[in-house]
Amino acid sequence: MSNDVPTDLRYTKSHEWVRVDDEGIATIGITDHAQELLGDLVFVELPEVGSELGAGAECAVVESVKAASDVYSPISGEVIEVNEVLADAPETINQDAYEDGWIFRIRMADPDELDALMDADSYAEHSESDED
Amino acid sequence: MPFIPHTEEDVRRMLEVIGVQRIDDLFDEIPPTLRAKALEAVPEGMSEMQVTALMQARAREDGQAACFIGAGAYDHHIPAAVWQIATRGEFYSAYTPYQAEASQGTLQLLYEYQSMMTALMAMDVSNASLYDGASGLAEAVLMAVRVNRKSKSRRILVPRSLNPAYRKTVHSIVRNQSIELVEVPFDAASGQVDMEALQSHAGQDFAALVIPQPNFFGVLEDVDVLTDFAHANGMLAIAVVNPLVMAVLKPPGEWGAAGADIACGEGQPLGAPLSSGGPYFGFMCCKQEMVRQMPGRIIGRTVDLEGKPGYALTLQAREQHIRRSKATSNICTNQGLLVTAATIHMALLGGEGLSRVAAACHANTAQLLAQLAAVDGVERVFDGPVFHEGVLRLTAPVADVLRSLAAHNVLGGFELGADYPELGSALLVCATELRTAGEIADYAAKLARIMAARTQAKCPVEPKFN
Repeated sequence: MSNDVPTDLRYTKSHEWVRVDDEGIATIGITDHAQELLGDLVFVELPEVGSELGAGAECAVVESVKAASDVYSPISGEVIEVNEVLADAPETINQDAYEDGWIFRIRMADPDELDALMDADSYAEHSESDED
Repeated sequence: MPFIPHTEEDVRRMLEVIGVQRIDDLFDEIPPTLRAKALEAVPEGMSEMQVTALMQARAREDGQAACFIGAGAYDHHIPAAVWQIATRGEFYSAYTPYQAEASQGTLQLLYEYQSMMTALMAMDVSNASLYDGASGLAEAVLMAVRVNRKSKSRRILVPRSLNPAYRKTVHSIVRNQSIELVEVPFDAASGQVDMEALQSHAGQDFAALVIPQPNFFGVLEDVDVLTDFAHANGMLAIAVVNPLVMAVLKPPGEWGAAGADIACGEGQPLGAPLSSGGPYFGFMCCKQEMVRQMPGRIIGRTVDLEGKPGYALTLQAREQHIRRSKATSNICTNQGLLVTAATIHMALLGGEGLSRVAAACHANTAQLLAQLAAVDGVERVFDGPVFHEGVLRLTAPVADVLRSLAAHNVLGGFELGADYPELGSALLVCATELRTAGEIADYAAKLARIMAARTQAKCPVEPKFN
């Protein structure tokens, strides 16, 4: 089964996506593939604004009716904003994983870290092999 | 027949396949010094008749003493119906059954228990129990560190007036998670938390403040001030309370401006006999917004497809069978049977019954403290208000006095010297609703005789014969 994988984003093996703007701010969420595996989300534990995250650090938890899963920060930096909408409407991630369902924003400490992340093609391949 | 399905031949063949001589070789990598020795002190088996005789003999040794010991476990009246019902086959299990939702009666009982505890504590949610009060507080400390994300310190303020057994248990459980317990002294006059010492921590980074009510000395703390202090300094307020007391005093959910964040404690006063120290059960309640970090089971009320009410395990994603190593705790229901008894106990007594028991305990203890403190060589140590325990200082060694009292069928209290050497020869006494006016007067009379005898012994006596 194939999911939507936008080509303008970068991806991790643990199913996070990253969108970077011109000012070095990265927006992070979980992929359409990840939300589909988890099923209906019932709770999102958001990171603390102002906290410093290292690349690969556990920083959020997405909880569905059948599982709870950690979200890892794909890159290092300071959390500058979290998606408060998710506190009352976690299902936003199920409905729109790449836009309204973003989880947090980070001011990147080292933009070079983006090079280590996957592009859309690699991620599509990774997530398909993951389903086997 | 041993309950091991493998024959010697099975074992031999399995060892052969993996290339090992003996089962012990599988444990080679554990240094011999760490290996448990054989159980040498376990005696030979006995017949049922012999065991019955032995147990009856031991029970006789306990005698029929009047118990004035509290210190964390209390001798209360338990209506006969409580354990008659709790030990019925339908309830007689310590656990939530597998396929929990198939056991609607058990789940409904746990739901009723949770409802009663939230009412008693004035808190939003309750779990379905923990092991005991001490480990329950350890769970509350771990929870507070998870919840309080503003605090980076992993340090907890713990009053010295908290039950010493709780302090030791919490230390054992949390120290390997690099959580530090910082002691707050008590005021030598009142026995309450030393406010000046506490204020010296204002502005410092702590995850939580533990607030006992009453504290180990039986003294009531100024919980509103303590709760507000915690919140003003970015700490969570963890209440450790005697559940019976909450029937008459302000419950944790109403402490200070915002209420305690977590309330926990020992459930034994609600229907569990002393039975030489256990089993008891712990309880825990918290604010709604922290429910996902609360350890243990939670039973929810819901409706089925046809709209009929039913009960289900809820918020399981934080539990170990789903969240594995990231679970909030390895706690499940664990003390379900004691909780069953507590639920029946509370249902039988009701709010008014619990209040009357609490009031009777308080009145009896006031009588006891007044009569004992009137004895020569005995004085009250603290002037703070008490619930159903108090501290006395004796001019004689406490251990000797307790031994003499025990010989006269009085269990005179808990000796504080080992845990609080600064209090000198100090004794913690308690009179629950079970202690009669006659027993209290009898204790005072015996104590007076023992103290008088000891004082006289010190007088120089001329030897009769040279």
